Amino acid sequence: MRIDLNGQTIETQARTLADLLTEQGFESPCVATAVDGDFIARPLRPGTLLNDGVKVEVLSPMQGG
Amino acid sequence: MFYGVDLKSRLMLGTAQYRSPQVLLEAIEASGAEVITVSLRREGAAGGAFRDLLAKSRCRLLPNTAGCHTVREAVTTARMAREVFGTSWIKLEVIGHADTLQPDPFALVEAARVLCAEGFDVFPYTTEDLIVGEKLLEAGCKVLMPWGAPIGSGQGLRNLAGLRSMRAHFRDVPLVVDAGIGAPSQAAQTMELGFDAVLLNTAVAKAVDPVGMARAFGRAIQAGREGYQAGLMPERDMASASTPVFGLAELA
Repeated sequence: MRIDLNGQTIETQARTLADLLTEQGFESPCVATAVDGDFIARPLRPGTLLNDGVKVEVLSPMQGG
Repeated sequence: MFYGVDLKSRLMLGTAQYRSPQVLLEAIEASGAEVITVSLRREGAAGGAFRDLLAKSRCRLLPNTAGCHTVREAVTTARMAREVFGTSWIKLEVIGHADTLQPDPFALVEAARVLCAEGFDVFPYTTEDLIVGEKLLEAGCKVLMPWGAPIGSGQGLRNLAGLRSMRAHFRDVPLVVDAGIGAPSQAAQTMELGFDAVLLNTAVAKAVDPVGMARAFGRAIQAGREGYQAGLMPERDMASASTPVFGLAELA
């Protein structure tokens, strides 16, 4: 399945958001996630199924003003 | 002072654009700031170092929604920030124009209403417009953050009269001047007007010596606050001799 992860098109075997984070090597407590522009809270990640073409954002704490 | 939190320092410091995490950490320390602003981005090369730094600084975090142009983007970013930073504080920015980075007041009020209803403690980045301020308070905000000048411009207080009116109008609302402050004198002036705090980033990060500048801002803000509390003398149009005329010698 092809999805959009942080602006890059990738091929993934993951069926859920939680699986995707593991597959892509994200440290899950350090990131926040959104799917198609909606926030997905940590407890909901295992139950969030990914569809072809879905847009996933995985964001981390960064410098800001 | 701010959502039930009393701070000793009235400087809130941004964490972007520093040469290195070490310089940032030293600047925070030198400034005395107890609140630092942070953001959420796709993880870059410096991600791990920044997380270590956040752990080291004992500051309270104020995540922002910088770069958001719509209510939806800002609300989603705020929800993500609350989870990852573990705080209900959010510096709400909804940008209306790419060149001026002026807030979009309509979207700002709408986003503030959504977030306040969800239990966020919203710090809205706004203009000095009094009616927008009223609407933000109605939406549930308990702090207002008017701009001094466009973000990163270093122009200082561009609408002094407007900011004075805002201070007078919102007598009991904590007001923070956020953005546009370029020099310690401008920060001191802000505090002398009776504002409750100053939020700045670029003026420190882009100084030749960021640590020295951070210290200078911390002291200027303290001095400005003390000046305000001590009560400034009224301005006069004409001179008024300070040395007594009584007892003056006749030497002519």
